[in-house]
Amino acid sequence: MKQRLVIIGAGMASGRVIEHLVETDPDAFDITLFNAEARGNYNRIMLSPVLSGEKTYEEIVTHDSDWYAAQGVTCRFGESVSGIDPTMKVVSGQSGHLPYDKLIIATGSAPFIIPVPGKDLPGVVTYRDLDDTNAMISAAGKGGKAVVIGGGLLGLEAAAGLAERGMEVTVVHLMGHLMERQLDEAAGYLLRKDLEGRGISIRTQASTKAIIGAGRAEAVLLEDGETLPADLVVMAVGIRPETRLATDAGLTVARGIEVNAQMQTSDPDIFAVGECVEFDGQLFGLVAPLYDQAKVLARSLLEGVDAFIAKDTATKLKVTGCDLFSAGDFAEGEGREDIVLRDPARGIYKRLVIEGDRLIGAVMYGDTADGNWFFQLIKDGTDIDEMRETLIFGPAFQGGDTADPLSAVAALPREAEICGCNGICKGTITDAIAGGATDLAAIKAATKASASCGTCTGLVEQVLQVTLGDDFVMPTAQPICPCCDLTHEDIRLLIKSQELKSKEAVWQELGWKTRNGCHICRPAVNFYLLADWPLEYQDDPQSRFVNERKHANIQKDGTFSVVPRMWGGITNPAELRAIADAADKYDVPTVKVTGGQRIDLLGVKGEDLPYIWADLNKAGLVSGHAYSKGLRTVKTCVGTDHCRFGTQDSTGLGIKLEQALWGSWTPHKVKLGVSGCPRNCAEATCKDVGIICVDSGYQVSVAGAAGMDVKETERLCDVGTEQEAIDVTIAFVQLYREHAKYLDRAYKWVAKVGLDWVQARIADPEERARLIAAFELSQSIYRKDPWAEHAKTAERYQPLANLTLEAAE
Amino acid sequence: MNWIDIGGIDEIPLRGARKIKTALGCVALFRTGEAEVFATTDSCPHKGGPLSEGIVHGQSVTCPLHNWVFDLNTGQAQGEEGAISTYPARVEAGRILIDATKLASRSAA
Ligand SMILES: Cc1cc2nc3c(=O)[nH]c(=O)nc-3n(C[C@H](O)[C@H](O)[C@H](O)COP(=O)(O)OP(=O)(O)OC[C@H]3O[C@@H](n4cnc5c(N)ncnc54)[C@H](O)[C@@H]3O)c2cc1C
Ligand code: SF4
Ligand code: FES
Repeated sequence: MKQRLVIIGAGMASGRVIEHLVETDPDAFDITLFNAEARGNYNRIMLSPVLSGEKTYEEIVTHDSDWYAAQGVTCRFGESVSGIDPTMKVVSGQSGHLPYDKLIIATGSAPFIIPVPGKDLPGVVTYRDLDDTNAMISAAGKGGKAVVIGGGLLGLEAAAGLAERGMEVTVVHLMGHLMERQLDEAAGYLLRKDLEGRGISIRTQASTKAIIGAGRAEAVLLEDGETLPADLVVMAVGIRPETRLATDAGLTVARGIEVNAQMQTSDPDIFAVGECVEFDGQLFGLVAPLYDQAKVLARSLLEGVDAFIAKDTATKLKVTGCDLFSAGDFAEGEGREDIVLRDPARGIYKRLVIEGDRLIGAVMYGDTADGNWFFQLIKDGTDIDEMRETLIFGPAFQGGDTADPLSAVAALPREAEICGCNGICKGTITDAIAGGATDLAAIKAATKASASCGTCTGLVEQVLQVTLGDDFVMPTAQPICPCCDLTHEDIRLLIKSQELKSKEAVWQELGWKTRNGCHICRPAVNFYLLADWPLEYQDDPQSRFVNERKHANIQKDGTFSVVPRMWGGITNPAELRAIADAADKYDVPTVKVTGGQRIDLLGVKGEDLPYIWADLNKAGLVSGHAYSKGLRTVKTCVGTDHCRFGTQDSTGLGIKLEQALWGSWTPHKVKLGVSGCPRNCAEATCKDVGIICVDSGYQVSVAGAAGMDVKETERLCDVGTEQEAIDVTIAFVQLYREHAKYLDRAYKWVAKVGLDWVQARIADPEERARLIAAFELSQSIYRKDPWAEHAKTAERYQPLANLTLEAAE
Repeated sequence: MNWIDIGGIDEIPLRGARKIKTALGCVALFRTGEAEVFATTDSCPHKGGPLSEGIVHGQSVTCPLHNWVFDLNTGQAQGEEGAISTYPARVEAGRILIDATKLASRSAA
C-alpha cells in the first residue's frame, strides 16, 4: 500500500522535494500538500522582478495545477495547518484532520516585525509572498513616498522595485553600511552610491522609533527625532524560521526546527526542510542549500542513504544594474591576507581574503563576472599559491598589471572643477589641450588654471597626462604615502570637487591601495574631511595621533602633560589654586610655565587624565589644546591696562581672538600673538598670526615661525577696528584650513601659494564673509571642551583588565 | 593553554587599543576588524613607546613616539631591526580571550 505523505507548505524547498520524489519513484507516496497561500509553488526569489515590473506572476510559477494533477498530488491551497499530533499521526487543517505516515514540515519563515508602536497600521507591509508584492504594486500605483525599514537584501530589492514604479523611496538602516552581513564597508559604499544614483535616499545608523499616522501609516519616526513622511512602509528587517507548529507538537526546536543530516526531526516520522530548519546550529536563508536539503530528504524518504552538508553560499542582489557578489568569509582575521583592487573610474571594487594557500572569501562590486569562479575556488578549497599574484584579475588573466593611478582623474566629468581659484573645469582644460596646449605653462596662459594659488597644479598635470598620454612627461610629485598615488593637494581638491564625504568614499574614489590607510594618510584625510564637510563628516578619533585622541601631550616615558586654557594668558587666584590642588592630588612631578603663557602639568599618568580634567573643569578651566593641530595659544602683552606705551587693549583682543578660535582643527598647530605697541613684548612677529596694535589701528601679519625655521611674519593688512582685526584673522585661519596640506605650518603654506594670493582672497569682501561663515559653521560643531566630554568616559582610560594576580601564579 | 576572559570586544574601540596590567608589565590589546584582536607587549623596543596609544591600520600598529610600524601577526618592525612579543588572543561570542599561560611564561621568552 502507498504510504501517506503530508507536506505542510508549498514553497521552494518542498517543491523540489516533490519533484525528486515523483521523478525517482512516482508510486511510493500518496501526497497531500497544504499551503497557507492560496496558490502552489512559485519562484519566490523572482518576486523582486515582479515588483519592479520586469516579470509577471505567471512567468515565475514553477508548478501549475496541471502539474500537481498529473503527479497525483492532492492540493489543499489556501488552507493553513493549525496543529500536528505526533502520537495520533494526524495534522489538523481548517477543513478537518488528515492522517499521515510521513510528514514534512516546510513552512519557511515569517518576516520579523520590529515591535514599534504603529507596526499594525494599514499601509505597513512586509515582503515575503505574492500578496505582499501585490500590495506594494498597488500602493506604488498611487505614487507618493515609501520608507523601507531594513537595508539588507530584501529591503533593497523592495526599495529598488518601488523606485522603479515611481515612488520616492527612503531606506532606513540600523547599521553603518548597507547589507553589512554580505558586504564590507567599501562595497557597501559603492552600493549606496548606485542606489542614491537612482534617487533612493539612504539613512544608515538610523533606528526606527515608531510608525505614526491616524488610521493608516503616514510617517516613520526615527530615534533621533526625525520624521520621514511615508504613504507606504515596508518592513524588511529579517526573517524568523516558522516553527510554531513544530514547537506545539513537542518537536525539538532551537532557533529553527532541529534536524539531523537526513532532515529528520526529533520525531522519526516527521521531517523538515527549508528555511524553517536548523542544522548543526545553522539557519538557511538562501535557496541553494535548501535545494541540497530537498534532494537529501527525498532520498531519505525513499530509503536511500544521503547526508546533508551545509556549504558556503554566495549572495547577489537582484537589482538591475547593481552588480554585487559576496561569498565565504571576508572578515579580517589573524593570519588572513587581503588583496584589494579598486578601479574608481569604473566603480569597481574587488576584495579577496586568503588564508594560507586558500581563498576563503570574496566581495565584489561593479564587476562580478568572475564571481562564480572565485566561489568555486572557495568551495573547492583550491590551492591558489601559484596564482596569488594575478588571482584578483580573474581566470582570464595571467600576466600582471596594476590599476591605473590616473583613473580617478580620467573619470572626472567635463564639469568637474579643477582650479578652484579661477573656477576652471576639466572641460576647459581639455579644450585648451585640443587647441594645442601641451604643458602646464600653456594651460596657465590659455585658461588661468593653476595660475593662482597653484595647489591644483598636480591635477592639471594629470589632466594633461590623461589627455596627451605619452606625449606628456609628468613631473614627479610626492604622493601622500604609499597607500595612494595622489598628492595631498590633489586629494584635497578631489574631496571637494567629487564631494567625498567619508573615508570610505575617499578610499574608493581615489584608488587607495590599502583597506583603511595608514598612520600617515588617515590623520590627513580625517582632517580634510572634517574641514570640508563639518556637518556631514563624523570625526574619527582612531585616525588621530595619540595626543589628540587622549587630549594631552604624550611624553617620552608614556606619561602625559596637561595644560588648561588661560584665555589671553590671564588667570586668577582661584584658577591657580585649582591647578595647585590638582598638581598635589595627582602627584604631578613638574609644573612649568610654557612659552605661550600657560601652565603645564607634566608627568600625569594616562589613567588619571579624566579625573584631573574633571577637577580642573570644576574650577572653570577647559582644555588648552596644547596637544592639537588646532588653535594653541594667543600670547598677549599687558597693553593699555597697565603699560605706559600701550595704544590698544592688546590683552582684551587676545582674549577675544582666543574665544573665537578655540577648538578649531587646523592643518598644523596655530599660535597667535598680540602686542600693544611696536615694542612687541608678546613677540607677535614670529607667530602664525601676529597683531601689533598701533595708534591708527591694527597691523595684522601672518606666516611667522620660531621653531625649526625662524621667520618673521609678513604683513597681511592694516585695519582700523578691533572687529576687523578679528575678522581678518578668522578669514586667514579658515583659508589655511581649506587649502593647506596637513602638517604644513601656515608659513610653509603661504610660501607655496604666495602672500599676494592670500591678500587678494582676504581683501575680497565676499570671500572674506564666506570664509568667516564657513569657520563659524565648523565651530558650531567642533568648538567643545574635549575634557568635559572625556571625563564622562573615564573607564576607557583604565586598563581593560588587571591580571597582576593571575600572571603571578 | 589557559584561555581567560578579559572583557568584551566592544570595550576596545574599532581600530583602537586598550592595555591590560600583568605582574610582568602591560600588554596591549588591539582591535582591527569587527572581530579581530591581537595581543602584544605594550612597550616599543625602540625607546619604550606605549604601543596601545598608537594608530592601528590594517594588521599593523604605528608607535606613537617615533613611528615604528609593527606587524601585529609576527611582531616584526617594518624596515627596522626589532620586534615585539605577541601573545595568543581570540574573540569568542563577543568576549576577548587571552592565553594566561603564555602571558605568565613570557619573562623566559
Ligand atoms: C522577495 C524575496 C527575494 C528573495 N531573493 C532570493 C535570492 O535572490 N536568492 C536566494 O537564494 N534566496 C532568495 N530569497 C529567499 C528564498 O525565497 C527562500 O530561501 C526560500 O523561498 C525558502 O524556501 P522554503 O520552502 O523554506 O519556504 P517558502 O518558500 O517561504 O515556503 C513556505 C510556504 O509555507 C507556507 N506555510 C507556512 N506556514 C504554513 C502552515 N501552517 N500551513 C500551511 N502552509 C504554511 C507559506 O505560506 C509558504 O508558502 C528571497 C526571498 C524573498 C521573499
Ligand atoms: S608691546 Fe608695547 S604695549 Fe605691550 S607691553 Fe610691550 S611696550 Fe607695553
Ligand atoms: S619608542 Fe616606539 S618608535 Fe621610538
